[in-house]
Amino acid sequence: MTPGGTSGAPGVVVVTGVGRYLGAHVAARLAADPRIERVIGVDAPDSGTEFTDLLDRVERIRVDSGSLGGLLADLDVDAVVHLALVTSPDPAHGGRSAMKDQNVIGSMQMLAACQRAPRLRKLVVRSSTAAYGVSFRDPAVFTEETEPREVPRGGFGRDILDLEGYVRGFRRRRPDVTATVLRFAPFIGSTADTTLTRYFSQPFVPTVFGRDPRLQFLHFDDALEVLHRSIVEDHPGTYNVAGPGVLSLSQAIRRAGRVAVPVLEPGLSGAAALARTMGFGRYGLDQVDLFVHGRVVDTSRLEQEYGFTPRSTAEAFEDFIRAHHGGVVVTRGQLAAAEQLVLDGIRQVRSAVRERSS
Amino acid sequence: MSGPEEGRDPQSVGRFDVPQQVPAPDAEPARRNGHRPAAQAAPIPTEPPASTTPPASAPTPTSAPTSTSTPSDEVDAGLTGGTEPAVSDRPGDHWDRKVANGLAFLRRRLSGDYEVDEFGFDSELTDAVFHPLLRLLYRDWFRTEVSGVEHVPVDGPALVVGNHSGTVALDALILSAALHDKHPAHRYLRLLGADLVFRMPVVSELARKTGGTVACNPDAERLLGGGDLVGVFPEGFKGIGKLYADRYKLQRFGRGGFVSAALRTGTPIVPVAIVGGEEIYPMLADIKPLARLLKLPYFPVTPTFPLLGPLGMVPLPSKWLIEFCPPIPTAHLTDSADDPLVVFNLADQVRETIQQTLHTLLERRPDPFGP
Repeated sequence: MTPGGTSGAPGVVVVTGVGRYLGAHVAARLAADPRIERVIGVDAPDSGTEFTDLLDRVERIRVDSGSLGGLLADLDVDAVVHLALVTSPDPAHGGRSAMKDQNVIGSMQMLAACQRAPRLRKLVVRSSTAAYGVSFRDPAVFTEETEPREVPRGGFGRDILDLEGYVRGFRRRRPDVTATVLRFAPFIGSTADTTLTRYFSQPFVPTVFGRDPRLQFLHFDDALEVLHRSIVEDHPGTYNVAGPGVLSLSQAIRRAGRVAVPVLEPGLSGAAALARTMGFGRYGLDQVDLFVHGRVVDTSRLEQEYGFTPRSTAEAFEDFIRAHHGGVVVTRGQLAAAEQLVLDGIRQVRSAVRERSS
Repeated sequence: MSGPEEGRDPQSVGRFDVPQQVPAPDAEPARRNGHRPAAQAAPIPTEPPASTTPPASAPTPTSAPTSTSTPSDEVDAGLTGGTEPAVSDRPGDHWDRKVANGLAFLRRRLSGDYEVDEFGFDSELTDAVFHPLLRLLYRDWFRTEVSGVEHVPVDGPALVVGNHSGTVALDALILSAALHDKHPAHRYLRLLGADLVFRMPVVSELARKTGGTVACNPDAERLLGGGDLVGVFPEGFKGIGKLYADRYKLQRFGRGGFVSAALRTGTPIVPVAIVGGEEIYPMLADIKPLARLLKLPYFPVTPTFPLLGPLGMVPLPSKWLIEFCPPIPTAHLTDSADDPLVVFNLADQVRETIQQTLHTLLERRPDPFGP
């Protein structure tokens, strides 16, 4: 009997990185889907317990990535969702070297384990639009076919390039497995807590002088939806996942009611490097490069293949603003009031002048 | 050198219109169109003085620019509106609306309430700030005459290919502003710029906000596929960085990447000749070692530039003529986008058209700094 009954939906799904925000939510959502028999959450042995209440219907296994191979074979796994990626070095958990261990070595071992799992039919890998690298010669909009012109300076971008390289190798060796690579734009939303949401939550937001990058965001709930569909349906290939439309950074900051503080680029890069060596702050060269070049992707392939359009970048950002109105410096209401005030003032002055002259 | 100001229009028309029409009765509509504004303007110069010659150049289209120019006044009014009560004792409504519009514009800008397309093009900012500034420059400073706008399609994509000149790529900006104002559909020209432009802070963002993007085939094809009007200058730095002695000599057209972009999307190519750009910063010499040091393609020496410092950045007030030539259809060649022979032939055809139009335009403009 084919596990799970329906043609697309797999019976046993392994989700990695359930100790983190995205992984926990994906695992919980898959566990709530009646078409899926078993959801197994895999995580590193030292991971925290913050999402345990979310994961009550998920079997959790704490194992280090080296011993994954036997596990996947023993469990008769049908599908693997690989979400255990670290987007920025966390000084509390080993900084950049731990990040690379997790992103590159962890993913290699994961893929090696998948290769040896005989019943595996589906692999879904979380990637990032950072896979396009950064260069001044880049086209304005990346399609899935665009090759990176330069290797990015930032650690995360390089990790993503490595990861996608390993997935290409896996596809060659296991052509029977449906491999889906999802290149996500930065997540944003009312509840998500990411480097970018923390960045936009500050009242004064540092930007790069003379640069106003075009940004795209993906609402967290839409990311969950796309991941869910990738598991229960068959969508082989690589897809850009982002909210259609664009916000420029200055526009986003203004919409959030924050104040932009332009900083010269070498200064910002230096500060990022300094912060990293000093062991505080989570902004890296990845962020600096994003704020110099911006990144916009074409999502038409996703919309065609999945029949699903994520909410637009502007809507996703609006949702984030509504949830983070704490640090607002200028609100739209204040601006509108100021406009009315100035207009009334001018009208009064003019009518006074007219009276005096007549 | 064309003598007294009042006698200019009848004189120039008389001298250059008649011989032009004799050899070309019907064959070259583009050239004849080029003369229509001047011919129409001929009866007008009786009443306006010499200072208002630019509006007289094309009677019908100027009504449109005046209507689109209101945003600029609105911004000014929004900033300085309170200080001009003396003017406002005319029907007060008008100024009041301008001030209100200006303030609303400022509020929209400050609260981020505007749209930016995926290339970073901000049409509101372009209309309200950049085009009014460029309008002053092209209309009043360069006295630009535009002809052949009817060759630019009213809707759908087209690739506008021009000659590049002037040390600083001002001609591209002038072309986009003039086309937007004179074209019946007020279309935006989406310019393709060298990656050097996008390497420089501030400049890169100005380019994106006004609708520019990096000159590469994916971007060109994406814009054309979306039905946009795309402007390219295939000469690139070879065109703007040439010496004054080589003015109006078209440089090499590179690999013809613009042609293959047009072929792949089946887009018509509209050649455009721009006269006047060469004289704004006449480049007398190029200090190559300094250029290499600053990582620039050239380091210009103009009669005013390093000599007068920042004052040398003021462009000389040359007389500009812009002529759009009849479109070259490419829809039947879509399959040969990779055929170098077709691509080079088409690029040559475009190049020849521009070069010949440049020569005829130059004949019409004997004095580079004339009225």
